[in-house]
Order: sequence, then C-alpha cells, then structure tokens
Amino acid sequence: MAEITKLIHKYLRHDKKFPHVWCPGCGIGIMLGALIRAIDRTGLEKDEVVLVSGIGCSGRLPVYVDFNTLHTTHGRALTFATGVKLAKPALKVIVVMGDGDAVAIGGNHFIHAARRNIDITAIILNNGIYGMTGGQYSPTTPYGMKSTTTSYANIEHAFKISELAVTAGASFVARGTVYHAHQLDSLMEKAFRKQGFSVVEVIAHCHTQYGKLNRMGGPVSMLEWQRDHALPVEKAAQMTAESLADKFLTGVLTDRQLPVYQDEYDRIRKRASEAEGR
Amino acid sequence: MLLQGNEAVVKGALRAGCRFFAGYPITPATEISEILSVKLPALGGTFIQMEDEIASMGAVIGASLAGVKAMTATSGPGFSLMQENLGFAVIAEVPCVVVNVMRGGPSTGLPTYPAQGDVMQARWGTHGDHPVIVLSASTVRECYLLTVKAFNLSERFRNPVILLLDEVVAHMREKVALPTEDEIQIVDRMKPKVPPEWYIPYEDTPSGVPAMANFGEGYRYHVTGLTHDVRGFPTGRPDEIGPFISRLFRKISQNMSEIHIGEFYETEDADVVIIAYGCVARSAKRAARDLREKGMKVGLLKMNTLWPFMRSAVERVLETARMLVVPEMNMGQISREVKRVNQGKASVIAVNKIDGTVITPEEITRRIMEEA
Repeated sequence: MAEITKLIHKYLRHDKKFPHVWCPGCGIGIMLGALIRAIDRTGLEKDEVVLVSGIGCSGRLPVYVDFNTLHTTHGRALTFATGVKLAKPALKVIVVMGDGDAVAIGGNHFIHAARRNIDITAIILNNGIYGMTGGQYSPTTPYGMKSTTTSYANIEHAFKISELAVTAGASFVARGTVYHAHQLDSLMEKAFRKQGFSVVEVIAHCHTQYGKLNRMGGPVSMLEWQRDHALPVEKAAQMTAESLADKFLTGVLTDRQLPVYQDEYDRIRKRASEAEGR
Repeated sequence: MLLQGNEAVVKGALRAGCRFFAGYPITPATEISEILSVKLPALGGTFIQMEDEIASMGAVIGASLAGVKAMTATSGPGFSLMQENLGFAVIAEVPCVVVNVMRGGPSTGLPTYPAQGDVMQARWGTHGDHPVIVLSASTVRECYLLTVKAFNLSERFRNPVILLLDEVVAHMREKVALPTEDEIQIVDRMKPKVPPEWYIPYEDTPSGVPAMANFGEGYRYHVTGLTHDVRGFPTGRPDEIGPFISRLFRKISQNMSEIHIGEFYETEDADVVIIAYGCVARSAKRAARDLREKGMKVGLLKMNTLWPFMRSAVERVLETARMLVVPEMNMGQISREVKRVNQGKASVIAVNKIDGTVITPEEITRRIMEEA
C-alpha cells in the first residue's frame, strides 16, 4: 500500500461522509496532508492529540481527522485550546485557523497565546480572503487588491502573521506554502516537537474567490505564484531590501528557548501548596 | 464563620470539585478571581487570567471538555461578551458554571452599585433557541449552596449553569454555618460505559442527557458549534436537526423538579404573596413579617431558580393569593413571567427600582398597603 494510502486509513475518519466541503483545487487538502504526515513522524498517539479549529474553510478541517476534535467559534479556537491544554497538559493541542479567524476576530487571542508561550501549535492557513462567506477582504489581503468588499481596491495594509507571532513572543515561528508541500511537512513536525507556542503560517491560494476577483488564474497559476514569490529566509539575509519587496520569507523565522507557560505554572502550584499548607 | 458572598462562591466551587477558573477582572466579581488565584494552584488546579471574557468562556469550555470542572465569574459587561461561547456550551453540551454578579447597567453603568437587570440576558443573551439554567442567591449561605448546586446541575444535564448574584449579596458579610462534608452531595458527569467503538456522543437517550467522554480518554469524537447528528458531525437534515434541538429542551423540561429551588414562607393562607429573589428577597421577607404583625395575610415566594421559570410554584401560591407583588431592581423582568403564569387570576403589582439602591422592606410594605 502506498504511504499516503496508509496514512489516510490511519488518520481520516471513515464514518464521516466524504466528499469534503472544500472547492476542487483548494490548498487546505495539501495542508491537511502535511499535518497528518508530520503527526505520523512525531509518533503521537491519536488519543493524545486534540485538534481545535475556529470558523471558516480551515475550520472544517478537524471533522475529517480521527483525533479528539473541537470545532469552536469564530476566532476563539486558541481560547478553547488554552483551556484544554491547561486542564490536561499531557495532550498535544494543535489549532488550525484561517487568516481572518486568527488575526482579525481572533487577533487578540493570538497575540496573547504567543505572549504566554503556552504549549500549543497554531497552524494558520493564510489565503488572504474570507473564502467561506464569499470573498471579503481579510487583514492579510494585500494593499490595492480586490475582494467583494473592496470592489475598487483594498486601502488597508496587510498583517504579516509570522512576524507578528515572533514579536508577540512565540517560541517557534515558521512560514511555508502549499506549493512547497514537503517543506510544510518538516515545518509542522518541528512545530509539533517544540515546547511552547509554535506557529506555522501556511500561504495558500483561494482561486474561487481571491484568484477570480484579482484575475490570478486557477489553482495551478496561483501555486506558481507561491513558487515565484516565496524566498527562503536564509537567502533573504544576503539580499537588498529592494529585491525583497514583492517576496515573502519562508522557512523557520524563529526557534528559541523561552519559558513555557505550563512549566512556570507548575512552579506556582508548588509555591502555592507550600504557602497554603503552612 | 464570617464570610462574604463572593468568598462563599469560592468555597462552594472548590467543594463541588471546580479545579479550573478563567476570568477577566471586573467589579464586583473580582474577589472570586483573586481568591481562586491563591487556592486553585495549591490544589493542583488552574487559575488563568485571560485577555477578555470571550477568551475566559472559551478556556472554561476547553477545560471542561478535557474533564476538569470549570467556572468563570464576571459582571454585566463581561457577561455580554461571554454570550457567544455560552451558546457553544449549550449546543455542544459542555458542563460549566458562570457567576454573574449583577451591577447597574446598561453598558458600564454602575460598577459598584447593585441591580438585577441581567435576568433576561441570562435567559436569552446568547442567540438562538436554547435551554438554560439560572440560579439566584439571596444570602451568603445560599452563595455556597447554590454554587455547589450549579456545578451539580451542569454536570447532571450537560448544560451551562448561570449563578446570578447582585452586588449586595456578593459583597455582604454574614455569619454562616456551612454544611458538613457529608451533608453535601456532589454530582459528576455520566461517562460512557461502552467501548469507544460503540460510543455515540450525542445519543438520544430517554433521559435526554448523553454520556460524556473527556478528551484524551480513548473516545475520539467531534465537538462542534454547528448543529450536529448523534455522532457529533455537522448536519443539515431536518430529521436530525429537529430531534436534536428538541432533546436539548427536553433534558431540562422533563426534570424541572430537580432544578427548581425556592422557599415558601407563610404562603399557605396568604392573600398577598411577594415573589422575590436575590438581595430583594431579604427585604421582602421582612416586609411579609411586618405585615403579618399588622394582621395581614402576607407570604413570600423566594425564587432561587429563575430559569427555567418556577411556573408550578407561582401556580401554587395562586391557589390562595389575590395579589402578587414582585419587587425587582429592574424595570420588571420576572414580573412579566409572573403575569404570564397568572393569566388574570390575581392582580400582579410590580415594584421596580433602578437607581442603584436596594429596595427596602418599607418600600414593599408601603406599596402593599396602598394596593390592598
């Protein structure tokens, strides 16, 4: 049996009726594949994994996967995940969000989860648009581009999600694309193995909404766009700011040892039980 | 022991087995957070101050899904923010407790003054048709007992339970004798008895309450805020939606007697019955006593359960009463319900006060003398 078939049998829910909700050619399936391959490499048991999501196209991902799965409210996935993780620290908690989910409605939760450095992995599918509701602009829609609510041009400036996560205090931050699928496997594996708040931003395409409105072609040409605009972070160091202008950095943006929330809280528990026992 | 209402809530929560609290600072509920931030870690539990009340409610639900009894405490403005995820707890049937120490509103309103303006918000604050259990305390002892009860009911029915206090009851200090350990009954959620492959997480059982597996215990299932089938998977089929939402209501409506808590004080022969809750029930009892001394047949129905509404209790006092008096620190939220049940049988007098001060016994007695 091919490797991918084995993984499908092992990790996908067979009692959940396919087909899935995503459009043909969508990048979320590639992200789901990377997630499953990375989990398999870590050797985590399915019972140990809690997969949490918010609302939107990416929010529908957990239902297909045979873990403890939790499809929460829009933007709030990290708050639920925080509760699960602190209540049962032995569980591996992974959160899947979209760009609107993570940095518009959930922006506050995102920076605070990073600041606390709680041991959760956040995977953010960034396709620069609200796909499920029909193509409205998101906080990562590039300046000047079109959406169904910026029919003339987007006059807002995009968040750089990964850079935001670095600044907010995450232990590990990486950016990949659905074009670079193999790299995505290894970025996710690194994130899952990391203690502390880890982020993998996944640049993806929405040809149904964003691509159509901005005349970027179908999924293939949008994947080619990712190939042509992604720049490995190691290469960028030697380049001029001018030549970086239309590029985005991929790879591991930060990987650092910072105090992890649960370890810190365990110390508080010890101090508290000594103080209360006195 | 001399105890404050908010302190009694903490003691009740810990007694009930609460080991997780997520909250955001707000007057007049802050003492609950402050004390739990000391007590919970000492017991191996978790206290976390979240970035807002939306996050607090999310964290509480997450902790409960992982198998730890969890609560939050807030006041009106924070309670408004919690409504979104409160609805999630209803549809996903996640036990949890929310304490709302009511202050004057709307908006920032009167942070340090009492009110009872959130009775209807507690009932209908989150969107969509949904069942809810709301309790209300009028003494410090009740703060303790009803917090335990709130956890028990939430575990028993897999539904969020809201405990409405008011600033007076929460900050008041009273001499209380707490019940002994064996006088308190603790209820835990029913766990599946079948192996994981047979587990149907949202099964339609006669009791209406399906067994609940905690995350990480081998029962991998899907939890969603979407309307779902018995397996927990999203559904758009009318033949699955109808029975599901009906079951959510049925699990509460067929167990009213377990949920309804109140006190009938000298109502047996009463011509006039005062119906009150929270700090106002204290003034009401005094008013009933004073009027009895004057020879009037006045009684009190104190409600500790506000929702589902204590319809049968009101019907019971209507057997003798020709007048129902409903004093409330709002513009008439419970009196509307009383009128609905009354259906013209007796006259229903609403005594309303919204200036941030407590309704006094004299204000109630004066009104009854005027109307009688």
